[in-house]
Amino acid sequence: MSSIAVIDYGMGNLHSVAKALEHVQPGVEVRVTADPAQILSADRVILPGVGAIRDCMGEIRRLKIDQVVQQVIDSGKPFLAICIGIQSLMRHSEENGGVDCLDFFPGNTLYFGDNLKDTNGEKLKVPHMGWNQVTQLDDHPLWKGIENGARFYFVHSYYVKSEQRDLVAATCEYSVEFDVALTKNNVFAVQFHPEKSQKAGLQLLTNFLNWDGKA
Amino acid sequence: MALAKRIIPCLDVENGRVVKGVQFLNIRDAGDPVEVAKRYDEQGADEITFLDITASHEDRDTMVHTVEAMASQVFIPLTVGGGIRNCEDIRRMLNAGADKVSINTAAIFNPEFVKEAAERFGSQCIVVAIDAKKVSKEGETDKWEIFTHGGRKPTGLDAVEWAKKMVELGAGEILLTSMDQDGVKKGYDLGVTRAISEAVSVPVIASGGVGNLDHLVDGCIEGKADAVLAASIFHFGEYSILEAKEYMRSKGIEVRL
Repeated sequence: MSSIAVIDYGMGNLHSVAKALEHVQPGVEVRVTADPAQILSADRVILPGVGAIRDCMGEIRRLKIDQVVQQVIDSGKPFLAICIGIQSLMRHSEENGGVDCLDFFPGNTLYFGDNLKDTNGEKLKVPHMGWNQVTQLDDHPLWKGIENGARFYFVHSYYVKSEQRDLVAATCEYSVEFDVALTKNNVFAVQFHPEKSQKAGLQLLTNFLNWDGKA
Repeated sequence: MALAKRIIPCLDVENGRVVKGVQFLNIRDAGDPVEVAKRYDEQGADEITFLDITASHEDRDTMVHTVEAMASQVFIPLTVGGGIRNCEDIRRMLNAGADKVSINTAAIFNPEFVKEAAERFGSQCIVVAIDAKKVSKEGETDKWEIFTHGGRKPTGLDAVEWAKKMVELGAGEILLTSMDQDGVKKGYDLGVTRAISEAVSVPVIASGGVGNLDHLVDGCIEGKADAVLAASIFHFGEYSILEAKEYMRSKGIEVRL
């Protein structure tokens, strides 16, 4: 039975990620931890989180999670980043007046903007909160058994945009088209919350637990 | 392609049981909250809201256990409201597995609490609940006021201005209950729902008074709500969540099916 480390850097509800993993694979060992040794010895690693990017990056650096994340990425182990996790992997975020991030994916995190409108001229709210359709751009193993266009649960006011388009595994549309899944080697990162996206989300987590870390 | 309008069944929970009163009377037992939540999840609910209506402080531990049990079995967003008075209350509910908390009376007595909570936990998990009642008379310009204590005590606060202030302080969502219609099944107060939805940048959940599926449709289209909340029409089997969604879709509303 494999072990999974859910990195705990004090940002939000990690309980639900852990519970969802235990639900899709009963008996799986889930470690919610910030301890580098515990993270590095796990078979798979998840970087979750909600909240604002400045606090997030502050804690990541204070707890030296940045170095641990780099080691996990270099190790080739399957690594999943969720919500603020994907944003922390970008070069820079516009949130909180501008914050430098881990610079793993080439591109930035941008604000949706005020006074958004849809194609019919109807006002769109920010945060982008609720279930939206995810368009898959590749046949990555993490999409196995998930219909293209399936809805996932989102809650965010900032979105990521990769400069290297072949790293984009899925997009979504909310006034603008933006990236909701990026992947490179053993890293898969999503903006939505698989742990809160019912069947489609649980399927993605199941796929992650079965993934060998190869694209 | 568009963001789906959300359907949110609301469970009033007292001492670990789902109850639903009509105008705060005639409380009927509607079952075990976790079992009810699982049923709604299977029917396609987009979120679940638990409102803790337990009177005494000691019994709130029961609610924490209920939230924990739900969060390990149902994988859609969960909002918990009722009795959230300080950051410690929020922390307990988030740690138990809630995704959002709903702050009501505490925001009225201390608006800065909303700011403190949003700064500490992020706006995405801070819902401010507003209980509004129409106070303008026929022929006057529409005016809605905030009420407390189950609609009995007026506060003098204008509902639309209050909603704007809550969003400025960091509320990530507004749960708007139109009090004069709560539980009497005549539909949402569409006037106040639309006025607040148009006045704020964050999503608005319409609540109060749903008696049939057209009320849900009206809340989305005329009320411009981002989500619609209902309790009794689902609890007692009048409609399933799936029936509600199929009906909304037939009226041109984007839903998750």
